Amino acid sequence: MLQLKNISFSAETEDGVKEILKDITMDITDGFLAITGPNGGGKSTLAKIIAGIIKPTSGKILLDGEDITDLSITERAQKGISFAFQQPVRFKGITVNDLIRLASGKEITMSEACDYLSQVGLCARDYINREVNASLSGGELKRIEIATVLARGTKVSLFDEPEAGIDLWSFGNLINVFEKMHETLGGSIIIISHQERILNIADKVAVLSAGKLKSYGNRDDILPELLGKTNAVCPVLTNNMKEAQ
Amino acid sequence: MNNLEKDLLKIIADIDGVTGGALNIRANGKLAERHTTESVDIRNKTDKDGIDIIIRPGTKGETIHIPVIISESGVNDLVYNDFIIGDDCDVTIMAGCGIHNCGNEESRHDGIHSFFVGKNAKVKYIERHYGDGDGTGGKNMNPTTVVNIAEGGYMEMETSQIKGIDNTSRITRATLGADATLIIREKLMTHGTQRADTDFSVDMNGENSSANVVSRSVATDNSVQVYRSNINGNSKCHGHTECDAIIMGDARVSAIPEINANHIDASLIHEAAIGKIAGEQLIKLMTLGLTEKQAEEEIVNGFLK
Repeated sequence: MLQLKNISFSAETEDGVKEILKDITMDITDGFLAITGPNGGGKSTLAKIIAGIIKPTSGKILLDGEDITDLSITERAQKGISFAFQQPVRFKGITVNDLIRLASGKEITMSEACDYLSQVGLCARDYINREVNASLSGGELKRIEIATVLARGTKVSLFDEPEAGIDLWSFGNLINVFEKMHETLGGSIIIISHQERILNIADKVAVLSAGKLKSYGNRDDILPELLGKTNAVCPVLTNNMKEAQ
Repeated sequence: MNNLEKDLLKIIADIDGVTGGALNIRANGKLAERHTTESVDIRNKTDKDGIDIIIRPGTKGETIHIPVIISESGVNDLVYNDFIIGDDCDVTIMAGCGIHNCGNEESRHDGIHSFFVGKNAKVKYIERHYGDGDGTGGKNMNPTTVVNIAEGGYMEMETSQIKGIDNTSRITRATLGADATLIIREKLMTHGTQRADTDFSVDMNGENSSANVVSRSVATDNSVQVYRSNINGNSKCHGHTECDAIIMGDARVSAIPEINANHIDASLIHEAAIGKIAGEQLIKLMTLGLTEKQAEEEIVNGFLK
């Protein structure tokens, strides 16, 4: 279980110190958690804090009861945290096969690599020896990024907006990938997403807005309220319409 | 040949001393072994130190090995090798120089290689440089390559020098006829206080000729690299030069690409990029469980692969 205890994070901005996360406390059990909320609400920052890329200003992170707040990115990865970046990194010279091999932590056969790639809808034969460079499209890079997390198979898998940059055509496949992951991967799968279809397959949903955890609970309790709100009519518009009448 | 020399040979030429094809091994400034075949003749030059490698027109599928090894300290070797590649050939030439210097005197190999690539001939030239030995004597190599490609000829040149060489100055000059193609791929890694200079100059004289000069290098510690390329489009042609370098530690790299269009239909591109390893690349590999040092090694190895 991953536990966040009173996580806060502040950063220097042009307008002085800005509080990006305010006192976030969550117990993340095994299963599928979707974190959603408006842009700029602190979702990606929270993911980076879990992965160890940024350190919280205050608060603690526990993995299976062990305090990992001061552990490095590498140490956390070795303890079982995987992170798929929102914007995958490009490498000159490193191939798709290299990346999957490094992710799995061992030499892998063609058929194993093929398995991970086909799960994200890529034909291994076309991609395995390609460099993870600018010749790949944004969507292809995102899928390879997801495949590296599958290859790691750790107890915590974090995905920062996996649907961003993936075309509508492939989106259905992506949902299948996460549904299958839910059945086979086990552990905690944490997905930051704006997509209703991803929220619909989550066990739990957390809403992060203006740096605060607005709500967190079972999908069936959170989702109706959340979707009700986003569909609400803009009050300014309503008032304007009333005046016009 | 002793075991040390055999090891050097294995590293630079991938051979154990015996191949089926044509071979000329030069060790410590003297001929050590030579084989010729029906299609490939190797003769000593009469006016200076060196050899002529004459490949009969139409020869296909042969690999010719021309390695040089220096295992004694204080050897100062200067050699002229001419490769005369007949029309319609399709051959691979593997050259290379390995220096093992555990003494305190300078060891140096300067090779001047001239290629005459015949009409419609295809040649792949692979050159590896390697140095080891923990003596204080310098390990220096200064290869000069002069290339002439006749009409429709094609040459691919792959050079690599991964650590080990203290001082290198590589000069490459090429002249291309009509429909001729030249592709150069250079890989270079320097460490310690090493210095590497490369200087490419290509004249595309023939119509529809093309040249692509690509250099990838890593400079670490206090090493210094200078890359120069000069591509001249003197007729309807395509030219591209690219220098991509990673700097680490206190290393310094200069890239000085020059392109000159002397014809209205010359199309030329140059690209040069120098920088340290991107922080996000390190972070990505660290999230896969690699330490920062391992991540750095993977990035460098991939880059120079």
